[in-house]
Amino acid sequence: MGKVIVCRCEDVTLEDLRQAFAAGHRDLESLKRFTGLSTGFCQGKCCAAHAGRFLAELRGGDDMVCDPTRTRPLLHPTPAACFAAIASGEAPDQEDA
Amino acid sequence: MRDRAELVIIGGGVLGLSLAYHLARMGLGDIVVIEQGYLCFGASGRNGGGVRQQWSTEDHIRLARRSVAIYRRLAAETGFNIWFRQGGYLFLSRDAVAAATLERNVKLQNSLGLRTRLLSPAQARRLVDGLDTSGVELCAYNPDDGVLFPWPVVWGLARVATSLGVEINTFCRATAIDVQGGRIVKVVTDRGAVATSRVVNAAGGWSSQVARLAGVELPNRPYRHEILVSEPLKPFLEPMVCDLADGTYFSQTMRGEICGGLSDPLEHSSLNTSSSLRFLSRMSASLLRLLPRLGGVKILRQWAGYYDETPDGNPVLGRTPGVEGFIQLNGFGGHGFMLAPAVGQIMAEWLLRRVREPLVERYGLERFSSGQLQRETLVIG
Repeated sequence: MGKVIVCRCEDVTLEDLRQAFAAGHRDLESLKRFTGLSTGFCQGKCCAAHAGRFLAELRGGDDMVCDPTRTRPLLHPTPAACFAAIASGEAPDQEDA
Repeated sequence: MRDRAELVIIGGGVLGLSLAYHLARMGLGDIVVIEQGYLCFGASGRNGGGVRQQWSTEDHIRLARRSVAIYRRLAAETGFNIWFRQGGYLFLSRDAVAAATLERNVKLQNSLGLRTRLLSPAQARRLVDGLDTSGVELCAYNPDDGVLFPWPVVWGLARVATSLGVEINTFCRATAIDVQGGRIVKVVTDRGAVATSRVVNAAGGWSSQVARLAGVELPNRPYRHEILVSEPLKPFLEPMVCDLADGTYFSQTMRGEICGGLSDPLEHSSLNTSSSLRFLSRMSASLLRLLPRLGGVKILRQWAGYYDETPDGNPVLGRTPGVEGFIQLNGFGGHGFMLAPAVGQIMAEWLLRRVREPLVERYGLERFSSGQLQRETLVIG
């Protein structure tokens, strides 16, 4: 099998996950930090479930259950101006948003 | 897990690991580190990576200088790229009192060898393209301050310490510290017990809880501190920018993200790492006040960590009155990462050589009952 990309935003491959696992990163939070997985534009919406499955396979045996990473705002990348408008009490500029 | 060790360190953050790293390199590798989560779970994995030497007290300036020197060689020593970039720190003051503080600090910093200098608002605008300095009185800039990526620092220290005999147990929680006749004899965890005569409390936001396991009350309290990052941008921002008026700080990471936070006067002590819309909106407003052209830049993610705060803004170091062998290494507020390399090294020398160390004596727990407090005033965020 050729190069398998797990996280498209940060260009993390299956081989990267294997190497991180071998280096001792055996939970999804550690794997995320070590490889950069789930830290890009999609914030894990495209890759976290796949990564969790690969991690479970790497763990194998009775240790296949792995917790997901903690979900953090924002749901979708949003311009800073929208939030600044909340603080100042002005309506967000729809054109910029 | 080992059942005995020369030393047990509770807390696998940058302070505990810096101590383990320096002790192991000096020949004491018989150490067990207990970390309740994964490496980078606590504040060491949640901070913005700022490393500044601009402080208001001589001790902090000296410790930060020594830490920067260690960070400059840490990538080579550990085999991890820590992405350390010395783009400087730019402080902005907005009133005469804050400006006078900057003037006094710069004098002190210069006397200790730092290249800090005062800048006019116009000079600051030349340093940061697009910076809005309306209302800014005076600025201070040290070109040798910088930012780094915290995670590889933690992994690098852990890897070297492990290779020198240190055992690091992640997802392991200390549940009891056994004290008999005023001396430490054992640490009990949810994965077994370790017999030892010395325990280091390097638990950051949890340091007060850990101290209570040995019947000791610390004045430290954890405060949530929120932070956010934007989408990555082409490199344009050299220094970390800090606004003294509201504690806003932001920098550009080596990945290109804008990363920053600000103080919140309404935050009360808690062990809460939830994210708030209040922070997101206040931070966005403050960021755009300083750099209006970032309005269309998208925020990607926000999270929170803890400041382990003490009444005088200084750490708690060294012996604990009444409990022989219980060593404090906590209370670093929001700047543990800036000082950890030097403090770890100094504490390692103090523990191994058993010599008198003025710094450890000065920042001992006794000071809170004896009333000898020297306050650090330059605390941001």
